[in-house]
Amino acid sequence: MTNHWNDIANSDCMMAIGSNPAENHPAAFGHITEAKERGAKLISVDPRFTRTSAKADIYAQMRSGTDIAFIGGMIKYVLDDMDKNPENYNIVYVTEYTNASFLINPDFQGAVDLDGTFSGYDSSQRSYDRTTWKYQYDESGIPKRDKTLTDPNCVFQLLKKHFARYDADICCNITGADKATYLDICRTYAATGKPGKSGTIMYAMGTTQHTNGTQMIRSYVILQLLLGNIGVAGGGINALRGESNVQGSTDMCLLAHILPGYLKQPINKDQTLEEHNNRVLTSYYTNNDDKSLNWWKNYPKYMASLIKAWYRDVTPSEGYQYLPKTTKPYNDYSWIGLFEAMYDGVIKGLMCWGQNPAVCGPNVNMERKALEKLDWLVAVDLWETETAAFWNRSDVNPADINTEVFLLPAAASYEKEGSVTNSGRWMQWRYKAVSPVGEAKADLEIINALVLKLKELYEQEGGPLAEAITKLTWDYGGSHPDVHMVAKEVNGRDLSTGKLLGSFGALKDDGTTISGNWLYCASYTEAGNMSARRNPDPGMFNIGLYPEWGWCWPVNRRIIYNRASVDLDGNPWDSEQPVIKWNPTKGESGGWDGDIPDGGAPPVNQGGYYAFIMQAEGHSRLFGALNDGPFPEHYEPWESPVENLLSGTQNDPAFKIWDSDMDHKGDPGRYPIVATTYRISEHWQAGQMTRNLPWLVELMPELFIELSEELAAEKGIVNGGRVIVETARGSVEGVAMVTKRFQPFKLNGRVVHEVGIPWHWGYTGLSTGDSANVLTPHVGDANTMIPEYKAFLCNVRKA
Amino acid sequence: MPKAMLFDSSKCMACRGCQVACKQWWELPAVPTTNQGTYENPPDLSAETWNRIKFTEIGNNGTVRWLFTRQSCMHCTEAACVNVCPVYARSPHELGFVTIDQERCIGCGRCVEYCPFGVPKLGNYDVSPRIRVELGTPRTVTYNCQLCRDRVEDGLIPACAKTCPPGAIQFGERADLVEQGRARVNALKATYPKAYLYGENELGGLHVMFVLTDEPGVHGLPENPQVGTYPDFSANELPVWYIEAIDEGKLPVLPSLGPLPGLPATPPAQELGWGAAALWSWLGIGVVGIGAALGWAIRRRVAHGEEKPKTQED
Ligand code: SF4
Ligand code: SF4
Repeated sequence: MTNHWNDIANSDCMMAIGSNPAENHPAAFGHITEAKERGAKLISVDPRFTRTSAKADIYAQMRSGTDIAFIGGMIKYVLDDMDKNPENYNIVYVTEYTNASFLINPDFQGAVDLDGTFSGYDSSQRSYDRTTWKYQYDESGIPKRDKTLTDPNCVFQLLKKHFARYDADICCNITGADKATYLDICRTYAATGKPGKSGTIMYAMGTTQHTNGTQMIRSYVILQLLLGNIGVAGGGINALRGESNVQGSTDMCLLAHILPGYLKQPINKDQTLEEHNNRVLTSYYTNNDDKSLNWWKNYPKYMASLIKAWYRDVTPSEGYQYLPKTTKPYNDYSWIGLFEAMYDGVIKGLMCWGQNPAVCGPNVNMERKALEKLDWLVAVDLWETETAAFWNRSDVNPADINTEVFLLPAAASYEKEGSVTNSGRWMQWRYKAVSPVGEAKADLEIINALVLKLKELYEQEGGPLAEAITKLTWDYGGSHPDVHMVAKEVNGRDLSTGKLLGSFGALKDDGTTISGNWLYCASYTEAGNMSARRNPDPGMFNIGLYPEWGWCWPVNRRIIYNRASVDLDGNPWDSEQPVIKWNPTKGESGGWDGDIPDGGAPPVNQGGYYAFIMQAEGHSRLFGALNDGPFPEHYEPWESPVENLLSGTQNDPAFKIWDSDMDHKGDPGRYPIVATTYRISEHWQAGQMTRNLPWLVELMPELFIELSEELAAEKGIVNGGRVIVETARGSVEGVAMVTKRFQPFKLNGRVVHEVGIPWHWGYTGLSTGDSANVLTPHVGDANTMIPEYKAFLCNVRKA
Repeated sequence: MPKAMLFDSSKCMACRGCQVACKQWWELPAVPTTNQGTYENPPDLSAETWNRIKFTEIGNNGTVRWLFTRQSCMHCTEAACVNVCPVYARSPHELGFVTIDQERCIGCGRCVEYCPFGVPKLGNYDVSPRIRVELGTPRTVTYNCQLCRDRVEDGLIPACAKTCPPGAIQFGERADLVEQGRARVNALKATYPKAYLYGENELGGLHVMFVLTDEPGVHGLPENPQVGTYPDFSANELPVWYIEAIDEGKLPVLPSLGPLPGLPATPPAQELGWGAAALWSWLGIGVVGIGAALGWAIRRRVAHGEEKPKTQED
């Protein structure tokens, strides 16, 4: 989240799209309720009417996978309305804080010119050469701008040209939304464009899990920037995280392309630390404008401090040599790539730590098969998961499977001490309530024992790259590690004084400081464990910043990009709900009140920097380079029942398509119905933590499939009866839930049905059933490779 | 000052944390369920389920509404269950809730039949480990929400109210909650013209009030429930002294046999002694057992002849 959960209560309008907070974030829904009580509107956009929709002021139906068409039409509505009623928008924000005024290379061609793709596309590689997507620079290397926003090559004009095609009629024909409702949403949400008003977009896996999910988020960002909603209280672009610590695990690099603190994964070309740093620094837009703080220029300090945290006794350059370097494109290291490699017999062993791929993996029959090809599998979990028991599922003969499986019982969250970082980036310390049962151990104990043993073995026996292990600094208190020592290392210290550091501003690139994650520097200082603070004071301006409740990265800044919440003189756009405010009488030469501002400099008009300090150009990007284009463009999902109405480019042109003998694509003739998967309040993720709890099984005892009354009538299916859903990958059977909450879509004069299936079930636990992922395809997002779980094709029949 | 609960259906998002919190606090077991084509489960209240959320789907020309309504004891001021109970097992508590004394309850089932909300349910003594310890002897008694009397007496709020994430369940002084409920209904009227505060006046005032977004009937609640739409049972109630003597351990616990008519209105003379009274009662049970069976049959006939109060099953 750019903002945080408590801040949602400050919003004037909340749009839940690609998310279902009432069902999937029920504990946090109270903040939404609070905003509603203060008069805010809740908009729910979803293929089916959910428990969130039941609480919404406006509900619009949207076919799965068509977010960019839905939001694209809203962007067009706003751009048109800006021309007609500029007084309703914050034009200064758009001109000064976004790259709307930046001029793009005149050779750039967009989707309008190239029938859905952008200049530089190479169809054989399914990738773009981005040369023509660059800014125009003046002779001193500063990007050229036209603050009147009229130059045909300026981002604002390119944006208008791009979205001109997205009129309400075509958007409704693509998405299936009712036009009157759609226009109501456009009007209601556009009203947050007025300075002093705020709107927030809450998204989750309904957005990310598509072949073009990243671009869908980009479309939300563009809408938010045009409406001046980033950086302000009650605004932002807010990813609702699906697990208590998924933000924390992302920060700590539970992803293939990053190291802790979003530092970049070294690749084979980066032979030295210097080469690595140079590649990373120049991969951002270059910029010589000294009004741009360009925070990432500090990258080498963070990288050196991280390496020193891991390899204390050598220089950062030497420590860098011990880091693994990737040799293949990123795709091959993400989930789908790893399972394809297991399936091909390339990967021989798997440690599955609190994960249950035999339920949650896409095309799960294929992923289960991939597990069979492993030599060994270690499952660390609270229960014997489907993954741990994959060799014992009903459709295989255990004697045919040679994988050796180790099941390590893990402690549950209440059985160990540590921290979690929530959606709003708040790090909160938590304590052990009870001891783990049986032989279960905290993850830290398990990894500690494993690393100590590995060090011992490598020291005794050597082996390839043994030094990467033997030289690793690993001292968290011996055989019983102290989680506070880990937290302190994550924060970092000055090696010359031994003192914990108070901020990442003190990190150096010369090997004299360490920090396990620069973003968390300031979380555990000489003053104590900041994440353990529990002061319920809401803090300044009464917008619920709670500055002394836990701790928030970066540097306890509760709302990031908060410099965009004030004008160029530091006065808040919203005087009732300021986030920060310039106070000329504070200190010697003035200072900021409220939240911790992005960088401590004074307002722009008093010599300060541009508002978006993390971007090289100091401005947030309406035009920004992703693998599949600088602007979001609507493409149909990989499996779709209809042709793309906007261009001749049917699918996102840049995602990777895999072609093993189990990767099948469904044909709309045979599979004419759209299917989507989701979670419900009563169960959690792959289900082990809930399908083993009788009280929750009582609430939701079986796999069910939601479908409309019309589709049920067509297929002779009755409510409460059994139904089979089939895709090109496999089929599942469940209870039919025939409901008015799913309505057939009317798409350009055609009726298209959609069905929905929760994915929590599997073959172990108290409540068992088919995993919906038997149905899902093995394709993923063009930028992140997150699997396409949300839109695919199926057929249904009475069981 | 009486306490009360305010359930706001406009805020409830049907997460059913309250259903589980109730079971957790009272150590009530899960019941085996199947999916019946609805999110709602278990399908009804029972000895093991004292609180549940009903899901009502209403469609109208392509638009749909999904109402979430609590079903649980309403803690009526004019409580049918209190009035029909022959052994004073149900009584109004000064804090506003209707308590059940399961040690007194003989499982005769009158409250089950006459509660206008279909709330009390019969079940065995060992429904939860906690209650089994309290009751000791195997028998059938009635169960329902007791507004977490034990928690409230210790200064806590009921478990369901404690867990409810959006604050759809408030607990506090009844007078305050009436105010709050009225204000909420007024605010909701702009969007829901039929918004209504249910329980402000119904049955002498309920101690569980609902903010509704539509008419009570649409939410599955009886419209305008009335006091006294059940036979007058005052003639075949056991006298208070007899029940109190059981409470004090002077007389044996009654078996689950239904009403015992015909005992004198004042305690037996001290010289007669409790031993004699016990003997009398146990001797009497043989006779009365037959009488009770007869009485039961008659009562059932009477009951079915009368117009019963409307329950949401109707
Ligand atoms: S806990 Fe609250 S929101 Fe959840 S179902 Fe119960 S009353 Fe509704
Ligand atoms: S709801 Fe039924 S059980 Fe509860 S007090 Fe009223 S009559 Fe008695």
